[in-house]
Amino acid sequence: MEFAYLGAAIGAGLGVIGAGLGIGLLAAAAMEGISRQPEAVGDIRTNMIIAAALIEGVALLAEIICVLVVVTK
Amino acid sequence: MADANAGANADGQVDVIRHILDHDYLEVPFLNAHHLIDGRFDLPQLEPILGIDLSLTRHVVWMWLASGLLITTMIACFGRPKLVPTGLANALEAMVLFIRDEVVLPVMGESGRTYLPFLLTIFFFILYCNLLGLIPYSATATGNISVTVALALISFAVTQGAGIANNGLFGHLKALVPGGLPAPLLIIMIPIEIIGLIAKPFALAIRLFANMIAGHIAILVFLGLIIMLKTYWVAPVSIILAAALYLLEIFIGFVQAFIFTLLTALFVSMAAHPDH
Repeated sequence: MEFAYLGAAIGAGLGVIGAGLGIGLLAAAAMEGISRQPEAVGDIRTNMIIAAALIEGVALLAEIICVLVVVTK
Repeated sequence: MADANAGANADGQVDVIRHILDHDYLEVPFLNAHHLIDGRFDLPQLEPILGIDLSLTRHVVWMWLASGLLITTMIACFGRPKLVPTGLANALEAMVLFIRDEVVLPVMGESGRTYLPFLLTIFFFILYCNLLGLIPYSATATGNISVTVALALISFAVTQGAGIANNGLFGHLKALVPGGLPAPLLIIMIPIEIIGLIAKPFALAIRLFANMIAGHIAILVFLGLIIMLKTYWVAPVSIILAAALYLLEIFIGFVQAFIFTLLTALFVSMAAHPDH
């Protein structure tokens, strides 16, 4: 039963790695786009936030499942 | 101070889950009235109607407070609009203009003006719920999965309604699947598109719920470290980190209201104009 805590903790960490990589790559690409085309900053920012929100949603789903593992253990 | 209201139970463990769940009482330990047990103000309970328990809970109360405050401030600020707004009206007008000029009009075009009142209502309701939840002893209504699912269902209904109103029922259903596909591919594509249709409001609900819950758990855990480690020396670090997280939570309250509005506008726009 103690392994449930271990699993939840590792799962939470893995979820954060995925979200961090995703949002990091996204932000890097957006920064590059803005530096190449500074006049498109508004469009790029809006689309970046939409994509970041979608990535974040998936990561939060993973974190919720980790919390559920601990709570319903 | 190891009573229920200090956030810890008798063995010095912090009960995180109790703080984020819904309860049938309000936490008012500061009132210190003799008839309140453990500083709990019990809310009136109703008989189940058709098997559904519609009793008051603390999330319901704080949601009503948010709605009441929203209506009051909006009427006070814009009931008799001045040419040059002052004070709170100025701040609210800046937010309304931001939503109109940076979110709705770029995403939806001129047709977005029809949906502007709905989107602004969603934005301000979520914002008020998020910010009211940051007051100590209050509860975050948007940190309840039922509230966020209801908001996402409203968003879903408006999305489908916009699609049907603009393209007709048949046109709307046809636009769900990309045109010009060979027939065998439709067997795979139709289930995928139906899953995508359900995943959008599901993600909306989970995102808002999880963001609100996560911030509150993090603040509670930092403060709970003082109780769990049973030493005063962690208190300065805990309080500084909790204060920093609290400021981050104010920011997240705005960001989540903004993202919910932005994604709803995007989904409505995609359903209403499926070609682009």
